[in-house]
Amino acid sequence: MSSIGTGYDLSASTFSPDGRVFQVEYAMKAVENSSTAIGIRCKDGVVFGVEKLVLSKLYEQGSNKRIFNVDRHVGMAVAGLLADARSLSEVAREEASNFRSNYGHNIPLKYLSERVAMYVHAYTLYSAVRPFGCSFIFGSYDQDDGPQLYMVDPSGISFGYWGCAIGKAKQAAKTEIEKLQMKDMTCRELVKEVAKIIYIVHDEVKDKAFELELSWVGEVTNGKHELVPKDIRVEAEKYAKDSLEEEDDSDEDNM
Amino acid sequence: MDSQIKGVSTGTTILAVTFNGGVIIGSDSRASIGGYYVSSKTINKLIQVHDRIFCCIAGSLADAQAVTKAAKFQISFHSIQMESPPLVKAAASVLKELCYNNKEELQAGFITAGWDRKKGPQVYTVALGGMLLSQPFTIGGSGSTYIYGYADAKYKPDMSKEECLQFATNALALAMGRDNVSGGVAHLVVITEEGVEHVVIPGDKLPKFHNE
Repeated sequence: MSSIGTGYDLSASTFSPDGRVFQVEYAMKAVENSSTAIGIRCKDGVVFGVEKLVLSKLYEQGSNKRIFNVDRHVGMAVAGLLADARSLSEVAREEASNFRSNYGHNIPLKYLSERVAMYVHAYTLYSAVRPFGCSFIFGSYDQDDGPQLYMVDPSGISFGYWGCAIGKAKQAAKTEIEKLQMKDMTCRELVKEVAKIIYIVHDEVKDKAFELELSWVGEVTNGKHELVPKDIRVEAEKYAKDSLEEEDDSDEDNM
Repeated sequence: MDSQIKGVSTGTTILAVTFNGGVIIGSDSRASIGGYYVSSKTINKLIQVHDRIFCCIAGSLADAQAVTKAAKFQISFHSIQMESPPLVKAAASVLKELCYNNKEELQAGFITAGWDRKKGPQVYTVALGGMLLSQPFTIGGSGSTYIYGYADAKYKPDMSKEECLQFATNALALAMGRDNVSGGVAHLVVITEEGVEHVVIPGDKLPKFHNE
């Protein structure tokens, strides 16, 4: 769906004759160049999985995190320009902090997502600034409202989802996510499926090594967003690798 | 204390009590200047800040009215943005922020009480300097000093609506009977999930005790 918007794509304050703002679309392309991140909501929580490509063997393991904590109960997984995402995570943190300061309780995720989306949208209106080149997925769990999942993209819109994917393999990931019956699953079951999906969509040929970042928030963590504990992550990765091998074996049988 | 307040003050008795299924908030209706002139016999100290949230005011009347007006607007705006009724805690926090951030200029304390879907009936005290405290029941104002004993002895958790009304009415009557700057009529508001009921008891219909 790519087209050249010659002449109408120089600033975010210009529409093209067919009603598009090319700068925003180019920002979305920046997200598509980044590696995949997915978030899935199940009946008692939300699980995030990020395919973190390791560009150099010299990188320390666990550095360059792509999953952030916004408040105790909110997690944020990002794809796109990491620097843009980091600065927006600070914006989200301030929003959550101000809300708590003014109203004495946790910020509802829908409201947080809309506030951050409004901020992102503001940067798509002027020629003096460029749009943010990142999308993010917010997730939270609250005892009364249950698990929530929202996604914000560079155009500044936010939608609620049961499952969503951003980044280069988002189409393939979405197909896999649609196969899941997430409304009936618990977080523990879902963690393994999320790991499996990341392993499935990872392109062994184009991108070599990757690190799987997994985090969750739900009844299992008492409403706190945190990285999945090492033993559960190891178990999930093992399940993912085994499932892939199984599929490879069954392909050979068909031949 | 309240006696140091210049201008019109609400030397007053205010209280809020939770019961099984709701909360009753009550006050007297006297406003005085300097403690010797009654400037109003029928002032309303129970301000509705949202559909199921009320607050009662003590201290300088001007300060209290200004703060509640600002709080009412903020809470209303917040509720529209959230697309749901505000939590009682949120309303109390808004009042607390106003009191704490302007503590040098203001001399007003509040009791916020109401019902919300998340935690049911709740009572919060916002003291003069901006302290916020959640309690099952609370009393305030100059008249409250005379009824601490009564309130502590007679309060029971999970009362019925009628028992709670009796408790609140008695407490107000006893305080108004001893405090010279509290008096007039007793205003009571009963807040439940279903709605809000305003009860007014004129001075001569208040319960009488041994020496009256």
